[in-house]
Amino acid sequence: MEETPEAPQVDEARQALVDKLAEELGDAVVEHHIRPGDDVWVRVTRDAWRTAGLVVRDHLNFRYFEFLSAIDWLPNPYGKNEDAPTDPRPEPNTEIVTGYAGGDTRFQVFARVHSLTQKLGLNLKVDLPDDDLSLTTWLPVFAGVNWHEREVHEMFGITFAGHPYLQNLYLPGEFEGHPLRKDFPLLARFVKPWPGIVDVEPMPASDDEAEAETEEAAE
Amino acid sequence: MTALTERQQLAYANAQAADGRVNLEFETDEGMTLNMGPQHPATHGTLRIVVKLDGEEVISCEPIMGYMHRGYEKLTEVRTYPQVTTLINRIDWLGSFANEVPFILAAEKLMDIEAPPRAQWIRTVLFELSRIANISLFVGDMALHIGAISAAFYAFRDREYVLNQIEAATGGRFHPNFDRIGGLKDDLPKGWIADTKATMEKIRDFCDEMETLVEGNEIFQARTRGIGVIPADVALAYGLSGANLRASGVDWDLRRDEPVGLAWNECDWNVITHPDGDSFARFWVRLQEIRESTKIVDQLLDGLPAGPIMAKVPRIIKVPEGEAWVATENPLGEMGYYVVSKGDLGPFRVKIRTASFNNVAVIPWVTRGVYVPDVVTILASLYFILGDIDR
Amino acid sequence: MSAPIFGIELSYWQETVLRSVGILAAVLLPAGTFVYLFLFKMVSFMQSRLGPMEAGPFGSMQLLAEVGKFLQKEDIVPERADRKLFKLAPYLVVSTVLLVYLAVPFGPEMTFVTNFDGGIFYVLAVSSISALGVLLAGWSSANKYSLIGGLRAAGQLIAYELPMVLAVIGVVIQAGTLNMQGIVMAQADGSIFGFDGIGNPFLLTQIIAFVIFMIAVQAELGQTPFDMPIAESELVTGYITEYSGLRFLLFFIGEFASAGAFAAVAATLFLGGWAVPSAWADLDSAIFNLLGPIIMLTKMMILGGLIFFVRFTFPRFREDQLQKLAWTVLIPISLANILVTTILKVVF
Repeated sequence: MEETPEAPQVDEARQALVDKLAEELGDAVVEHHIRPGDDVWVRVTRDAWRTAGLVVRDHLNFRYFEFLSAIDWLPNPYGKNEDAPTDPRPEPNTEIVTGYAGGDTRFQVFARVHSLTQKLGLNLKVDLPDDDLSLTTWLPVFAGVNWHEREVHEMFGITFAGHPYLQNLYLPGEFEGHPLRKDFPLLARFVKPWPGIVDVEPMPASDDEAEAETEEAAE
Repeated sequence: MTALTERQQLAYANAQAADGRVNLEFETDEGMTLNMGPQHPATHGTLRIVVKLDGEEVISCEPIMGYMHRGYEKLTEVRTYPQVTTLINRIDWLGSFANEVPFILAAEKLMDIEAPPRAQWIRTVLFELSRIANISLFVGDMALHIGAISAAFYAFRDREYVLNQIEAATGGRFHPNFDRIGGLKDDLPKGWIADTKATMEKIRDFCDEMETLVEGNEIFQARTRGIGVIPADVALAYGLSGANLRASGVDWDLRRDEPVGLAWNECDWNVITHPDGDSFARFWVRLQEIRESTKIVDQLLDGLPAGPIMAKVPRIIKVPEGEAWVATENPLGEMGYYVVSKGDLGPFRVKIRTASFNNVAVIPWVTRGVYVPDVVTILASLYFILGDIDR
Repeated sequence: MSAPIFGIELSYWQETVLRSVGILAAVLLPAGTFVYLFLFKMVSFMQSRLGPMEAGPFGSMQLLAEVGKFLQKEDIVPERADRKLFKLAPYLVVSTVLLVYLAVPFGPEMTFVTNFDGGIFYVLAVSSISALGVLLAGWSSANKYSLIGGLRAAGQLIAYELPMVLAVIGVVIQAGTLNMQGIVMAQADGSIFGFDGIGNPFLLTQIIAFVIFMIAVQAELGQTPFDMPIAESELVTGYITEYSGLRFLLFFIGEFASAGAFAAVAATLFLGGWAVPSAWADLDSAIFNLLGPIIMLTKMMILGGLIFFVRFTFPRFREDQLQKLAWTVLIPISLANILVTTILKVVF
């Protein structure tokens, strides 16, 4: 599904980048999204994750490694944890809506690399099926991805095949569960109700009303 | 002595080892294990470095962190955007104002709001003041680790002037919480500009003093030249940033190369690089960067535009759906926020990319085969802050 | 058997008591003054701060307060430490200092051992016992930091013994005697190329030996730039890490008393000790039994100030750089110094 950029703005450098990537990887490039003048997202298939990394590093000269992380697209079943404990819990929304260049799976690993020569950044995304949360490691591509993969493993439970030392980075060894998953509750909010509930003043009925209010306050 | 049996003593010793406290097992084939930290004068906070030694030579060196992990990325999911600003001040606690800026810029990018020019310029000034405050501490601190203890006091003394200026403008020395989506909280107080310019003079004197006292000292040079050389390609592969990258010869500075709307290209300044890539280069680059920052602050304060400091922003901030990445050249390196928003009052997921996380990842590579004192030198020169690593 | 002191005849036991008390005073008073003046005040002013100000006027009683604090602390011996050696180590270090002070003359008759011909030879020999104390402390503490500190100290202290001895040999050749009192007299009575207005302070004629001696003393004391054994930013406190309470106090006082002792030895060897040039005053008069210690104290303060000024300014050397400095730089220079001194002594 290609999203066409806005009509007057065509980001040539980024479009050329996506085209070259599609040329090198062929079918592996599933989707892309370009925000003109700003950023580009490309989603590749799971099997081509490492190849994509190597292509991006060697052929497209994206040699600077920024980070690798994951997103859990499940909406938070606990809401905003701002309700009083005595209120009835709201109905959780289980519809998974993924962002730019996203598929329809819950977990998505994404990495960002940068090219110092072209001054462009590239976000690479890959979808992971719920029943098999594993991916090949990017260690041969960028040495610095070591700790990032360890963190993703302990926070989301995604294994990286080929990583020699997938131990916990931040959490103690006996920690159970994967904290950054959306169904892992933020225990502090259960222990004590959140005192900073925002909805103290009523929400504005519409955006126009809000603008009128701020205009009045400014004068 | 207590009447423990042999077995109990062995169990106790093993428990000590498991706890990570220092024990006296001589593993002759793998080398002696020395635990530097979590409480140790050489690490900036609670970082534990397990060093395997052969005499005084390091066989392997593994940093273990997480003692300060506060779960920021989980916490941001349950906060609104202004509340997140309060939170992220504390990531790099020495670079006060600089932590907030990338996040606010990312939110502004998604909301398609641009802060007025005066706000952008003042943001840049405060950003550079944070940089000066942060890196002056580094200069004194690295000298302290190498043994010249007096330099640290001078650094703290001269840094106070900068912190006073930040406090005069924002109300907080370390956690100003001053940036707002769309601009700043308040305008500058009266007389601040003249005071800050006087402070910049003092900082330049401080730089001169440090050059004579520390950088020109032959012992300091003998301890830092050629120690911990990181070649440029390794630096890129590990994602080192900031002065660490520039000291390896890579000419990359986000302020010049990836402009985010702040006022850096409105003034005339240089990007400092050094070809060597050793600890001395990292020290030298940072010392020169303080000077460049004072130049930037002076030029910006001279040409500060008049106008509002806050754009038209709805009172309850709801950021439209989308994903945005903004990274800035923070004092420690490149700090970036990847904000995923679903149109709510708060973000859906925030990935905080901190400079120190990548900077510390290179330690096992760079400390192979060096001596124990060099480990301290390398740690000091890479300059990390625990809050930045652990988030 | 004993010469009259101030014209008063004292029996042997009275004189022994006087001398014992005297040496304790001679050790502790300079140590205390060093601590207050240099560690508390001079370094504070150098670091643009005030230092202790609460205890006593301008913080002068701070050391007393610290002594009180250390005395009332718990006596901790680590469980896996070798108890006997752990407890012995501080006493070795402190007793070395007392033994060194024994040979230093403080006045024409104010010596603890009358007419000590062994003089400087004895001082150099005895001062290396403290290296044993340091090594014992490092090894017996059952602590890897202490171990590394102790091993570094062993290497360093032995390496810097040689430059110290060789530097002293130049002085001995010029003075013609090992007797410390004789060295003092040689400086007071001597003359430089016939000009005897200022005597013959070996500071001027043996300037190279002086510099080498001060460097070696800085290393023997374990002060920056040679404080690898302590190396606070790496080894916490090196071989002293496991010590607390009275034992730490002994190490602490021992460190400053050693600084005083070596400053006294250096003052004797190079600055003329307790004497002023004989062209200025008659050195045999009894007044010098009173003035001598005061002059000596002043000279000790100057040299001690120099030692601590360098300590708080410079960064520290790495162990191998330290060793390289001693073996490849200091020893050849001091050997050359001896050669030149011998030649000049024979010629003139």
